[in-house]
Amino acid sequence: MPRVVVDVMLKPEILDPQGQAVANALPRLGVSDVASVRIGRRIEIEFTGEPDLDRAREIADKLLANPVIEDFTVRVVEADETVDAHQ
Amino acid sequence: MTARVGVVTFPGSLDDGDAARAVRIAGAEPVRLWHGDAELHGVDAVVLPGGFSYGDYLRCGAIARFAPVMERVVDAAQGGLPVLGICNGFQILCEAHLLPGALTRNQHLHFRNRDQVLRVESTGTAWTNAFQAGQEILIPVKNGEGCYVADTATLDELEGEGRVVARYVGGNPNGSQRDIAAITNPAGNVVGIMPHPEHAVEALTGPSLDGLGFFTSVLKHLVGTPA
Repeated sequence: MPRVVVDVMLKPEILDPQGQAVANALPRLGVSDVASVRIGRRIEIEFTGEPDLDRAREIADKLLANPVIEDFTVRVVEADETVDAHQ
Repeated sequence: MTARVGVVTFPGSLDDGDAARAVRIAGAEPVRLWHGDAELHGVDAVVLPGGFSYGDYLRCGAIARFAPVMERVVDAAQGGLPVLGICNGFQILCEAHLLPGALTRNQHLHFRNRDQVLRVESTGTAWTNAFQAGQEILIPVKNGEGCYVADTATLDELEGEGRVVARYVGGNPNGSQRDIAAITNPAGNVVGIMPHPEHAVEALTGPSLDGLGFFTSVLKHLVGTPA
């Protein structure tokens, strides 16, 4: 079943202390070539019928993202892309 | 007539009991409101208490904003009803667009729980008229997501219009921009504050009695407001 994926990210100018904390931990893994890490949220929406991007955009704008501090993108993915993401 | 001040309980509210107690100690009648209420039961003012409404899922306050009672609160606030949002209540007021900006994760990522000095800067609001401008007060702060952010234009507007109600003094506990601890809407009836005045209303449990001023202010405000 295709679904709509909403990616929510903090706007570039908003400080992301979680991302900074992760970036600061990377040297302990021996990773020294990462300039920055930013953390967002991925939301998957399954509609009862066909995936509706406009409706998903409305949901994202009203609830899933706070436009004061966050940007979002919406896209339709096939079910197997989600499987890939889990590997 | 005794003023009736509503205190909303959302699933996950923590400080509704203390808020209702503060209302009572200030001399008003607390009226417990439920998040599913479709009406405000004729209250004269509303307090949105601290806590973790709806588990803080998604973002703090994001889901509470759509609770049935909040539709009534938003309408009434736009009509001038005094509304005080404390901590999670402040987050809900921002999510509901009654106040500008947003509250984000504390810059240092640590939960902060301590007694905090604030400077009251705006005494023209429904919730701060009992204070003197510039008065320093001591009330508890306890938050993990209390870092106030807004764009520069909004911050300048808040400062230019005297809508920064209180600032942190002696150390900013969460990284809030311009040390902002509390703000108000243009009409001054809606106030959001991150620290907890309801925890500083009696000597036994609080670091001071300074928090009481917020609750006596609204009573003073209501007396001056024609019904």
